[in-house]
Amino acid sequence: MLEDLFKVVRARFNDGEEEKSDGSSDINIPKDLLFKCPRCGTVAYMEDFEKNRKVCAACNYHARLTWQERLQYTADPGTFVEFDAGMTGKNPIEFPDYEKKVKAAQQQCGTNEAIVTGECLIHGYRCVIGIMDSNFMMASMGSVVGEKITRAFEYATEKKLPVVLFTASGGARMQEGIVSLMQMAKTSGAAARHSQAGQLYVTVLADPTTGGVTASFASLGDIIIAEPKVLIGFAGRRVIQGTIKQQLPDDFQTAEFMQENGFVDMIVERTMMRRTLARIMKLHNYPKEERPKS
Amino acid sequence: MNKLTATERLALIRLKNRPTVNDYIPVIFNNFLELHGDRHYGDDPAIMCGIATLNSVPVTVIAQVKGRNIEENKRTNFSMPHPEGYRKALRVAKEAEKFHRPVICLVDTPGAFCGVEAEKRGQGEAIARNLMEFMTLRTPVISVVLGEGGSGGALALAVCDELAMLENALYSVISPRGFASILWKDPGREKEACELMKITAEDAQRFGVCDRIIPEAVGGAQNDMKLTASNLAEYLSEAVERISQFDIDIMLENRYNKFRKIGMFEE
Ligand SMILES: [Zn+2]
Repeated sequence: MLEDLFKVVRARFNDGEEEKSDGSSDINIPKDLLFKCPRCGTVAYMEDFEKNRKVCAACNYHARLTWQERLQYTADPGTFVEFDAGMTGKNPIEFPDYEKKVKAAQQQCGTNEAIVTGECLIHGYRCVIGIMDSNFMMASMGSVVGEKITRAFEYATEKKLPVVLFTASGGARMQEGIVSLMQMAKTSGAAARHSQAGQLYVTVLADPTTGGVTASFASLGDIIIAEPKVLIGFAGRRVIQGTIKQQLPDDFQTAEFMQENGFVDMIVERTMMRRTLARIMKLHNYPKEERPKS
Repeated sequence: MNKLTATERLALIRLKNRPTVNDYIPVIFNNFLELHGDRHYGDDPAIMCGIATLNSVPVTVIAQVKGRNIEENKRTNFSMPHPEGYRKALRVAKEAEKFHRPVICLVDTPGAFCGVEAEKRGQGEAIARNLMEFMTLRTPVISVVLGEGGSGGALALAVCDELAMLENALYSVISPRGFASILWKDPGREKEACELMKITAEDAQRFGVCDRIIPEAVGGAQNDMKLTASNLAEYLSEAVERISQFDIDIMLENRYNKFRKIGMFEE
């Protein structure tokens, strides 16, 4: 599903315009100076776009973030302590060149896998945080992603901490075969135990949250937040189109569509996210720490 | 016994005369009393639920229904459930929990249905909810993959204390065709994908996913449905009795750990 989804998202956001494999959609636009919104086509100065936290000023599309950007926008400075940064996956079905592909993603993204987990403060509220980075093999879920999420929940259960997960994923990591499918059960089980221990779990659905991740931990938050205009769904748009053979509505599988159908509590602007998360933790009676622990 | 290749098994489980739950249930169980509906939206014929007796022991049965002909398949959507099917399964599992009755899930699906209505009604949420709720369901759960164990649509009925597979059943993260078309952009390489993906019962056992392989009749279940059904019944009776003896909290700890330990990584 992951690569397929990538294409679907591209096709959808670029009106069918083919993107080059290096990610630049138009060779006439110097990549580092200008941002061309893949959704509405508006061109903006990269500097302004980044100042706006990578939200398109014209259409409010909340573009994908790297895990570093997400962490910077979310955690109180200097409070993040990472978990399991040294964990690396194996190749359960001996898929050709799988290790190579993972290594390339590691170098590109500066992390061992498609999710970064750890503990931090958000406006003084201590929580366990997980951030999926779609630049890492579409943030598909294999053994390492599953294990990191499971450990994050187990740690939070033990320490009586809330869990905040920013999801973005193409689904299960098919290159790991059935082992990747089992991560759905494993992570959902860990979320179940955290829930039974009376702790809060908040998911923030970012672009794109799909497949086996939608069908597991992403949908299990006590409170489910989505960023505006992002893609959320189970099946790929192309797969569905192939089944029904008719045009799908423009807002199909958007955050707004999911909220209308009852699966998202609130749609929150990126600039309001930290405040909203802190407010939710406060309303669940978690204590505010005045000064970050060193 | 000559082991078939994954590709041969894929062809075998797609045979029109491969027995389905409609064949097995009347042979294995007595007094099957069907229960309909998820109490929220509707009744999904792709998942048949009910209470029955297995050797005089009441059990709850949750079964994905492959059709034996085009009419049955139209009715059961080729065993591709909608969200209300998974929610019905969860509802009857909760009823079973209340009365401390073991749950038996019979898995046979190409996958959860992919469509506009399924998305609107939350296919992802329905599957996720089952994964979470079955993990903590305080009654024994035994799942058997009879034919196709397709992706999340199968897993939603396979969070269990013990997972068995019929000898030729397959369990995979995506169909071999889907695998080939996504990873290689070439659905024509289905056969190659089928062998590479490690989706047989023996493979699943090596990964710690499958706990027991149930023999089929020689040449496949279709050659002797009664014999295959009797092997299934024997396994289920034994497993229900054995797992029911566990203290519930220990059983749940074992269930959690069964999935907890699946994954391949190093530190
Ligand atoms: Zn825009």
